[in-house]
Amino acid sequence: MKTFKVLGGGCNNCKITFKLITDIADELGKTIEIEKVEDIQDIMAYDVMSTPGVVIDENVVHRGGIPTRKQVIEWIEKA
Amino acid sequence: MFNKYPWPTFLFAIIVWILLYSNLVVFADFVVSVLPVDPESHLGQALAFFIYDAPKVVLLLSGVVFFMGIINSWFTPEKTRALLAGRPLGLANILAASLGVVTPFCSCSAVPLFIGFVQAGIPLGVTFSFLIAAPMVNEIALTLLFGLFGWKIALLYLTLGLFVAIIGGIVLGRLHLEKYLEQWVQDIPTKQLSYESVNLTFPDRLQLGYIAVKDIVGKVWIYILIGIGVGAFIHGYIPENFLAAFMGKDVWWSVPLAVIIGIPMYSSAAGVIPVVQALLAKGAALGTALAFMMSVVALSLPEMIILRKVLTLKLIGIFISIVASGILLVGLIFNLVL
Repeated sequence: MKTFKVLGGGCNNCKITFKLITDIADELGKTIEIEKVEDIQDIMAYDVMSTPGVVIDENVVHRGGIPTRKQVIEWIEKA
Repeated sequence: MFNKYPWPTFLFAIIVWILLYSNLVVFADFVVSVLPVDPESHLGQALAFFIYDAPKVVLLLSGVVFFMGIINSWFTPEKTRALLAGRPLGLANILAASLGVVTPFCSCSAVPLFIGFVQAGIPLGVTFSFLIAAPMVNEIALTLLFGLFGWKIALLYLTLGLFVAIIGGIVLGRLHLEKYLEQWVQDIPTKQLSYESVNLTFPDRLQLGYIAVKDIVGKVWIYILIGIGVGAFIHGYIPENFLAAFMGKDVWWSVPLAVIIGIPMYSSAAGVIPVVQALLAKGAALGTALAFMMSVVALSLPEMIILRKVLTLKLIGIFISIVASGILLVGLIFNLVL
């Protein structure tokens, strides 16, 4: 099982990204672990300069903006 | 659509856009002619302003945001940082201000961006040059100025905006304000950061353009409608030359007043430009109107609240004063020369 982290200080796009990932995981019937990282110092530990950022198993896979459905499906399918 | 058939969809979108844009006046003329109000009345003039401007601004904005969404995909904040790190001061400020124009920036990302620059050891003044230019001089402001006032004013705004960002950043850098950063920011160790570019195909970039339109137009349309609404009201109800008495170029205090009123206000450039257009039509001086626009777009209360996480109040105060002085200077010189 993969651990997803959505990085972002509570901006609207971060919330949308979080929901997008959980929704698609549900649709595909996959169980994933997902958490929000909202503290700026924790976010910066991943060296992400534009939020939302997405981290899978401690690797940054996405920076800035809401990811596309296609991207999210790929991330989860590989899980 | 952009996923499955990138090129046909792209061409189709361009053709539809051109058709719509070239028929705007015909459409607006028709709508205005069937309105059940006297076209010479206050309400009639206000409505006409709204009907001519709203579709034009929305179309221009969608077009530009789409193309800039594509161009922006080459300029991520990480790449901008890599380009800035280690450059000599002065040159770095010029580069930072210019990159501020093309790097996608949302004030909600101001804090991670700021910290990212600090981590790379980029001097504070250079970071400020970027932070001043990014919200103030951007594709949205420039295209709308171009569409509504012509290329001269757009170019002027670009030049003056960059001037404020470059000089403001250099001055802020000279003041050695690092001690007024929040303590935890001062404690961040600088490190060597690697930069790997992301390879995107052209259809990927088209897709990003499309996402940018959905995202940005979806966010700013309300500002545009409010802005055009205010513009329409000024246009219909305020008498010709009425504003010349207190926003004209002979009124020395009009520029500082415009800047002070503009600072706390928050609007996208797309919202403030229709207001500027109406102010100009009623006799406001260009320098005063541009100074107002710059202070609305460059400095705002919400952005300062966000930056408070990394800057102490004192530094925020200095930052606002320097940027405001720059804008003030630009407005005054403008009114003097023109």
